[in-house]
Formats: sequence, structure tokens, C-alpha cells
Amino acid sequence: MKVSKEQALKFYETMCLIREFETSVKHDFLNGEIPGFVHLYIGEEAVATGICAALDDTDYIESTHRGHGHCIAKGADIDRMMAEIFGKKTGLCKGKGGSMHIADFSVGMLGANGVVGGGYNLAAGAALANKMILKNDRVSVVFFGDGASNRGTFHEAANVSSAWKLPTIFVNEMNQWASTTPYETTTAVKDISDRAKGYHMPAVIADGKNVFEVYAAAVEAVERARAGEGPTFIECKTFRVEGHFVGDPELYRTREYVKENAALNDPLTWFDRTMTRKNGYIDGVIEPQELEAVRAAAKEKIVKAKEFAMSSEYPDPDQYTADLYL
Amino acid sequence: MRKLSFSMATCEAMAEEMALDDKIFVMGEDLARQGGIFGQFKGLPEKFPGRVIDTPISETFIIGGGVGAALAGARPVVDMHFADFIGVCMDEIFNQMAKVRYMFGGQAKVPLVLRAPDGMTIQGAAQHSQAVEAWFCHIPGIQVVAPSNPEDAKAVLKAAIRSDNPVIYFENKILYKETAMVPEIADEVPYTIGKAKVRREGKDVTIVSYSIGMKNALGAAERLAKEGIEAEVIDLISLSPWDKEAVLTSVKKTHRLCIAHEAVKQGGFGAEIAATVAEEAIEYLDAPILRYGAPFCPIPFAPTLEKMVRVFPEDLVKGIKGMFE
Amino acid sequence: MSIKSYREATFDAMKEEMIRDGTVYAIAEDINGNGGTHGRYTGLGEAIGDPGRVIDAPISEAIIVGSAVGAAMSGLRPIVDLRFSNCIPCAMDEIVNQAAKSRYMFGGQAKVPMVIRAPDGILKMQGAHHTDCLEAWFTHVPGLQVVVPSTPAEGKGLLKTAIRNDNPVLFFEHKKLMAMTGEVPEEDYTIPFGKARVVREGRDVSVIVYGIMVSRALEAAEKLAAEGIDAEIIDLRTLSPWDREAVLASVKKTGRAVVAHEAVRQSGFGAEISATIAEEAFGALKAPVIRIGAPFVPIPMAPNLEDLCRVLPENIYEGVHRALGRQSDR
Repeated sequence: MKVSKEQALKFYETMCLIREFETSVKHDFLNGEIPGFVHLYIGEEAVATGICAALDDTDYIESTHRGHGHCIAKGADIDRMMAEIFGKKTGLCKGKGGSMHIADFSVGMLGANGVVGGGYNLAAGAALANKMILKNDRVSVVFFGDGASNRGTFHEAANVSSAWKLPTIFVNEMNQWASTTPYETTTAVKDISDRAKGYHMPAVIADGKNVFEVYAAAVEAVERARAGEGPTFIECKTFRVEGHFVGDPELYRTREYVKENAALNDPLTWFDRTMTRKNGYIDGVIEPQELEAVRAAAKEKIVKAKEFAMSSEYPDPDQYTADLYL
Repeated sequence: MRKLSFSMATCEAMAEEMALDDKIFVMGEDLARQGGIFGQFKGLPEKFPGRVIDTPISETFIIGGGVGAALAGARPVVDMHFADFIGVCMDEIFNQMAKVRYMFGGQAKVPLVLRAPDGMTIQGAAQHSQAVEAWFCHIPGIQVVAPSNPEDAKAVLKAAIRSDNPVIYFENKILYKETAMVPEIADEVPYTIGKAKVRREGKDVTIVSYSIGMKNALGAAERLAKEGIEAEVIDLISLSPWDKEAVLTSVKKTHRLCIAHEAVKQGGFGAEIAATVAEEAIEYLDAPILRYGAPFCPIPFAPTLEKMVRVFPEDLVKGIKGMFE
Repeated sequence: MSIKSYREATFDAMKEEMIRDGTVYAIAEDINGNGGTHGRYTGLGEAIGDPGRVIDAPISEAIIVGSAVGAAMSGLRPIVDLRFSNCIPCAMDEIVNQAAKSRYMFGGQAKVPMVIRAPDGILKMQGAHHTDCLEAWFTHVPGLQVVVPSTPAEGKGLLKTAIRNDNPVLFFEHKKLMAMTGEVPEEDYTIPFGKARVVREGRDVSVIVYGIMVSRALEAAEKLAAEGIDAEIIDLRTLSPWDREAVLASVKKTGRAVVAHEAVRQSGFGAEISATIAEEAFGALKAPVIRIGAPFVPIPMAPNLEDLCRVLPENIYEGVHRALGRQSDR
């Protein structure tokens, strides 16, 4: 599928924003500036970018503990994202949620979920509401990892979405690691998308480092969903570059293994390499300096976001009971 | 006013609210084709086509999907079949339904009602007889109600549906068949979640209960009256939030407190009531606080054994009389 | 005696029991990859000479707990680790309807000797899905036992009892315990359930606590002692069964009670303790029964708001002053 050069550069900008955001957060976490838990999306940027580019602001996404990439790709305010990670009152969730519970409802980002597998049924429920009650053509995307596909909740949401042709899109970020367990040790199927067959759900496998391939799969899935044809399973083959969480000693895999697989799967270097030569995704090429400019601008945005977070205050103490009951 | 069963009163509440707001819908197992296993959804599928949905056997979807639907702008009423199965979707309630609004800094609201038939029937045995309301009173972010009669059943369900907070509505299975005079919509008195009702005034002892426990409370009060002891009986109706002021006011008047519920005594909601009075009004008490609940064992099947885990009015009468010796 | 961390002491408990009894095994997510929760299973398989008894599970709490129930009924003795108490709801039915009831419902034909370990509590900014204390729920479920250790030595002895015990046990361990060090006996020892320990004797007030709150109560007691207030501290150790006799005897001696836990106050286990005191030691009470727990909110992430949800020595100190009928200096 071909896109315009502008669209391609937009993809690149989103991926760079995610990469720079995560790199900054990693640095700050290791410096002791961010406590709690942080789970990085480095290496998987093309998945969130490609999928979210096919959605409108009024479409929904359900995210995971590894949710910064989804949030950025869906269009959340980056300054307020950063403030939330630092627990500041200017954060998207007013400092109540933090990294694992980041949300921006104004752009349809229904929240990162701290419970692995907690998001499927929420997405399917939103899909049900939109199709059967509110009667609009919004779609619901649920992101989940290979490990999360082992939870019973996956099967329940897949079943109900297929049985009722709900506009749910199941996006499996097959990053090969469920915390410390390589997926093949706890999963019988090699391609998680094989499971879709059991629910009579069409499935497609996309190269997770190729943002255009991911985007094309998403566009088709969204079309099907809006037309009332039901759910689609999109398996994006990718690789989790960092440990499960920042600070993970990663005793379960070697540095060499990580370096090799990170290089093989990196969506940004793939983009750099591919776009600067003749390719089948856009007409013409993108010059290296254009790419550098986008990267530099993204970095600048993240620096500003950090400044915003640092200069923001913590919530007022009496706010701790706020936003509970209506 | 006309005579209605508890079950029909809930149907009426649903029908009235669903007519007012087409974002309200119902989902759960065995609702559309059967009208609910206790008939508590009878007539609704016909009145509101497409808005009463039979789900697969999938409690995580019934509740989790309900939360998602609420986030998308609908107003779901989801049905649990039996409160005993609530463990299957505990994460959906505890980590999702209760916390989504707070964790996301108020960006979301979850106007969802979870209806859960609970309590003992006749020989329902260990996995179909439980009363588990205490767990949910320990969870910030949700509200818990448990009406005891048809009139309240209707008013409380309407309040729960109109609330923008997630509410768990425990409805005792035995109470479904109970009948009473229930107001028509014209002279309806709306219920405010968190308010208790004084069902019987008295000066000698305060008996606090809710849901099916009210039968024991009122039954005991009747028997005690014959012996010259006037009990004030408070029906909590709401458990989280609960009407602490009503209980404290009563206790300050009567100086004696007895709490009763069907659920297991240890760790039951009665403990919260007793502990609150022990902290905020103990100087008004002339006798120890009495607390009645099921003994610490699962519910056995055989009728001779099942009887041993029930609470009876005689238990309360005996204990309360002892307060005066 | 030797000085050990809580992690080491409980590792020793598991190792010793798994060597003693070949039917004991451990199952959890990431148990081999990075040694499981806080790395506390690192080297366990090698230490017992049987790595096959330390099993990595998929992300499926329902399977981890459910399969353990089945395994227990088939003659094994599983140790299940759920990593965070917040993961427990994903297996609530398996715990409440299966583990708790199978022995009773089947008229004694089955037994379910299993231990579910779950770290809980507030550390720092882990957010609303990773910080809750849920022990109260399980004290309300007949058929389960609930254990809440407070020190390395207590952890070791209680864990050994839990493993040898033929009942399903919920073993809640506050995250802050992991790094705690203390003296641990060298010899093989167990600590019985249902027997509290008097950590500090006193005449003026009974402070009834468990888990991480024991060390915080001790800190409060020191400050109170400097003011001439003599606090008796009781570590409940187990909540179901719990040592009502010890608590009632203490309250009958001091006439005042303060109950404290980190879990949400409303319908927390403190309510059961307070209610029991008001029911069975009413005549001895000289003051209201003070009950301290977290406020009625999920745990927020911002550190200053999170701090408002903690229950700390100063809260216990103030509680004692309220029980004594006076305002504290704070």
C-alpha cells in the first residue's frame, strides 16, 4: 500500500516521538527521578504508529502496562503524558494513575491497564456499546502481548466479538517475551494469530518493524469493522528490546541476543534504510537530512515535555479523595 | 399503589428507566429468552428490542464489557446470575470497575449497575448460596446496596441506574417472591444511596440489618415486644456508603446494639457497623454489642446441616434478652 | 541464630520443606527467568536438586491457582506465588469456590494443601493496580487460612507451617518486609497458626497489629514510652484463625485498644477485631476502640497523595493518645 510522503513523514515523527520519550523516561528512571514501575515500548514503535494512524479520535484503544507508545500514537498531549509519569497535577490523570494507568479520553485512549489481559473485555464492551446501543461506527482496538493472549479474558472477548460481529480489533504485539518467559515455553502456537481461527476471526500477520505493513492491515481491519463485518486479529511480529520493566536485570537473556534481535527488528533503522532509497511505499525517496530534522524536532519536544513535568507541581493533598464518586 | 413482588418491582424499575434513557441496556446470561432465572427481567426484551442481550457464559465479559460500554457512553445494567460466581470477574470489578474513574483522574465515569442475586435458598449448597457483600464494602470506587422489600427494590434500583457511579445491587433470591404495596411512578419517592430507614421505632435496643436479614430483625422485634422490650429496627439499605448517622443516633437513644446478617459472621459487614459504634459511641452503650451471622463453615447441603448455618429470630431474641439481665 | 533477610529466611523455609517432602513444588510467572517475585526463587531448583519442581507458568492466574487446587487434590503440595495481591482477583473463584470449599463440599474426601504467597502493600508509586492489601476478604471465607508474617523469623516459621498444613493458606507478605533483616533460628522450627505473640508487654493500651504494622507499632511504642505511656503490642501472625483469647486477655488487662492495618479501613480486618472486643471485652473497656486503616480511595500515584494513604508509626502514636483520651503533640 502506498502513502503520501507527508503521511510517511508523519509516521516517522510519531515513531521518533515514542523513541525519544521512552529513552528520556528510561534515563530518568535509572537516575532515580521516577519511582514505581515503567515498561518501555522501545523497538515496537511501528505497531502503535501504524495501527493508530488508521483510527479517528473518536475510535477507542485499550492499552497495556507498556502503554506510552499507544498513548503517543493516539495523539495524547505529550507534555501532560510526561507530567503524569512524574505524578504531577498537570498530568493527564492529575497524578492519580502514573505510567501504568495513563489515559487520554479526549483522543479515545481508554487507558493503560495494569492487569495483563484486563483490557480485552473493556474494548469488546465499548465495541458492543457503539454497535448495538449507541449505533455509530466507532471501532475499538485492544493491544496485547503474546503472554497476555494466554489469559481467559482473551478468549472470552474474542468469542463474543466474533459471535456478535463487534467492531473490535485485536492487535497482538508479538514481542516474543512475556516478562522473563520466552513465549514458546508457555504457548503451544507459533503464531498467536492461529488462535483467531478458533473464533472464526480473520487474521493477518504483519512485520511489526514495517509501519506501512501494519498500517495497511489496520486500514483493512477498520473498514471491516465499520462495515459491521466483525473483528480482525492483527499479529505484529516485533521484539521487546528492553527488559520487562526498567531496572530489570534481564538474567534470562544475554546482551548479545538482545543486541542482535534489536538490530534485526528496529523500526526506525528500517525506516531510515528503506525511505532513503527507492521503495514501494511512497513515490520518490526521503532525504536523510529530512529524517534527521524530524528526529531532532521530536527530541526537542520531549525535552520540553520534561521541562513541563519538572516545573509542574504535585497535586494538592486534599485532592486525594477527588475523582472517586460522582 | 398496588401489590407487586420484589421481582416485578425490579422489572418495573428497569422498564421505567429504560423508557427514559435509550443508552440503558441490559446484558447477562439467560435474560432475553427467559426473562432472568428469577423472572426479574420479564417483559423487558419485548418492550425494548435489542436492548436486553443474552451473553455467553462469560462473566469477565459481562462485567468487563459492561465497564467498557460505560466508558463508551452507554449505561449498562449487567446481571451476575448468582453472586457466588462473582469471583470469576473479581478483577473486572476490583481493578477495573472500581478504579477506572479515579486512576484516570476523573476522565471517565462508569454508570454501571451490577445486579447480583445472592443468599441462601433451600439446599442450594456451597456454591449457590453465598452472601459476599462485605468484600465489596472494602473496595473504594464502587457503591453497594441491598434492599429488603419490593418498594425499596424499585426505588433503590432506579437510584442505582441513575447514579453515575458503579453500583452493585445485591438482591436476595428468597425475597423475589415477597409481595408488598409499591407506589406507581406518579407518587414515587426517590431513594438516595447511602440512606437507611427506621422500619420500627423503639427505645430499648437498636437492631441493624439489611436485605433478607430484615426478616430476622423484624421477627425478633415482634417477639421482644410481647415481652415488653421495644426494639428499634434499622434497615441499612445501602452498605457502601452506609448511614452511620442513623445508627449512631439510634444507639445513643437505646444504649444497646444488635447487628444481624445472613453472611458469615467473621469478616462480615456487621463487623464494620460494630467497630464504628465501638469507636464513636461506646460511652452510650449499656451492654456489649451483639453480632449475628452464619458460623464459619461453607453452606452444607443436607437440610439438618443447612439449618445450622442459618440465623433465626430466636437467636436475636435470646441474645437481646440477655442484654437486660 | 543468624541474621537473615526476609527473602533468605523464606527461601530457606521453602528449600527445607521441598527437600523434606518431594510432593512440595513451586509455581509462578517468571519463577526461573528472574527468580520470580523479588528474585526470591533464584537458585531454588538447584538448591533442592530438582529444578523440575520449580515451574514457570503462563500469564494465567486462574490456571496457576486452579491447577494447584487440582494438583493438591491429587496428592501434591503446591506453593503458588501470585506476585502481587492485586493479581488475586484474577483467580478469586479458584480460591473462594474451589480451594476453600472442596474439602467440605466433598465430605472430607479431598484435601487442598496449598500455599498462595502474595506480596502486597504500598512501596512507592506503584499505582492502583499493584498496591492493595486484601487479607480481609479471605478471613470471611470459611475453608481458607490467612497468614500475615511480620519479620524474617516469623516468615520462615509461618511459611513452614503453611506448607506442612493440609489446608489452603493465603500468605500475605508486605513488600517492605523483603529487605528486612533479623535473627532467625538455625534449627527446624514452625510457628502454629492461631497463636499471636506479645511483642512488647505493657499496661496502658493494647495495640493489635500484624504484618508490616508490627515494626511500625514498635516504633510508636518507643516514642510513647518516652512519654511514660506503656503500650502492649500484639502481633496477630494469623488472621484466620486468629488468637482472640490473647487479644481479649490483653484488652481486659489494659482496658484500651488500638487496632491498625494498612488495608482500607472500611470492612478491613480491623473491624472484626474491634467488633469482637466490643462484644466480648466490653466490660473491661475504659475508652473507645480506636481503628486505623487507609482512607477510602484507590492508591494514587503522585507521591504526596500516596503518602496520605500510608499508615505509619505516627498514626499509631496518635491513635494511642486518642485511646488515652488526650490530643497528641502533633
